Amino acid sequence: MQILVVAEHDGATLRPATLSALTFAQSVAQVTDGTVQLLVLGHELASVVAEGVKLAPVLVADSPDLASPVADRNAHVIAETVQSRNIDLLVAASTSQAKDIVGRAGGLLGGAMASDVTGHSFEESELLLERPIYAGAAVATVSLLGTPKIVTIRPSSYSPAVPQDASCDAHDMLIEPSSLPNQMWLESVRSRASTRPDVTDARVVVSGGRAFKNSDDFERIVGGLADALDGATGSSRALVDAGITPNELQVGQTGKIVAPELYLALGISGAMQHLAGMKNSRTIVAINHDVDAPIFEVADYGLVADVYEAVPEMVRKLKEIQAD
Amino acid sequence: MKILVPIKRVVDTDQKIRASDDGSHLEIDHLPFIVNPFDAIALEEAVRFREQGSSDVEVVVVGVGVPEYEEQLRSAIAVGADRAVRIACDEELDPWNVACVLKAFVRQESPDFVVMGKQAVDDDSNQVGQFLAAQLGWPQATFASHVEITGEGLRIHREIDAGIEIVSVSLPAIITADLRLNEPRYASLPSIIRARKKQIEVVDLETLGVEIEPRVRILGVRTDQSSRTCTRVDSVDQLLECLRSEAEVL
Repeated sequence: MQILVVAEHDGATLRPATLSALTFAQSVAQVTDGTVQLLVLGHELASVVAEGVKLAPVLVADSPDLASPVADRNAHVIAETVQSRNIDLLVAASTSQAKDIVGRAGGLLGGAMASDVTGHSFEESELLLERPIYAGAAVATVSLLGTPKIVTIRPSSYSPAVPQDASCDAHDMLIEPSSLPNQMWLESVRSRASTRPDVTDARVVVSGGRAFKNSDDFERIVGGLADALDGATGSSRALVDAGITPNELQVGQTGKIVAPELYLALGISGAMQHLAGMKNSRTIVAINHDVDAPIFEVADYGLVADVYEAVPEMVRKLKEIQAD
Repeated sequence: MKILVPIKRVVDTDQKIRASDDGSHLEIDHLPFIVNPFDAIALEEAVRFREQGSSDVEVVVVGVGVPEYEEQLRSAIAVGADRAVRIACDEELDPWNVACVLKAFVRQESPDFVVMGKQAVDDDSNQVGQFLAAQLGWPQATFASHVEITGEGLRIHREIDAGIEIVSVSLPAIITADLRLNEPRYASLPSIIRARKKQIEVVDLETLGVEIEPRVRILGVRTDQSSRTCTRVDSVDQLLECLRSEAEVL
């Protein structure tokens, strides 16, 4: 199978999620005796390409018109590349950007697509894909009919590919600006800068729910514990709806799906939609004042306590341990 | 202005899902069904446009499926849709084929824009809106948390991994609704009663000229078996000790 992985980057480096996508691609390539290439779209890509070539041969789509992740033109270039280079399998990590852009590319390429794949296997020569449905309450095993196939993978299900010492080739593709669709425009992005790790890659995620009454309390208590553990902060839907936390912190079926080493659910009741986003974490801790909160059913360790008291105590004691 | 709102009929999200013993399908036929929550948000947005708009706005809902869809189409009328259409189809369609059917219907109806939920809470694919936009060659704005009509088209706020992205698109366009676009209303009892008398138009796939060509084959389903036994601790000290020595995560 000829496999093309669409890279996601911030202009300087590849997103870790792309490295997970590469692991999936390499695994499929191995079984099918195929090839893997990495497609990098954007503008001024030297640094991203330099990183990419340590992982796979890179196709570079560099153009000022591709500087922003606008779906119509990016999907167009992806689809053109797949068709002109006889790609059998298009792969990306299932991020909000890929759902938007690679989803549209899938629509340009005939729609044999499976998203948020968490596992795969081969039966004879058929690629079988596992993907969660019903907010992760069930898992479906599917196969895709026709070519090309389009797959987005759940990053937490595939460990990141390791760069090699030797560099592969990079090939610049010609992008004709006049051939690109032009019906959508990016005006601005509102994003909060943070020194904390990204919730999707962090080893530790400290998440807060309804127990927290305002942003200051969230930052002080949830943020405090996250910092003591060098972790990321996450949030249940309730706090985002209330405007207490920004949407990019939401963990859940329709927010971010995470699987860190340690997930601490603070003052989170454990609605099914939230569990969908974190139940595959290695160790789950729940602290909630309600002894019957559903979160305790998926936790490894549960403490019935007021988070406003227990968490600051935890932070104090962690600092004492660290000071020793 | 005409706004088209495709809706999907899904199992009520409160229900416990079970796979059949042979793992070939999920046992859902006897369960209560609802309008996909994200589609309900899309419908609410369309109805608000009509209520706040100065010009004539027609809201058309469409569902692709079995006769039982009429229940959900009637709730959509009760909420405020002007017309409801069922495109008759007995088989479960994958996202590609849903998009093919909707594309043919869009070509027939010529809406100014289509607004639908970003994903169905049963399949969780998050693909139909994007496939439909690609097939039509229309711009798309996915995961919308705010939509406004501008002189040139629409300005949309999108919820993305990094935060909020503000984009503008020309019309006609496809919008997919995210959680915080609005809070859907409950239909009043008089509206529900009135909706019972409303005619649901039924359209054939042949009339639309669509041929179903499956792209996804479902080989099996299983319920997620993972469960954990929760160790209840009595103090922060005990918790930290467990995390350090037993779980070895500190």
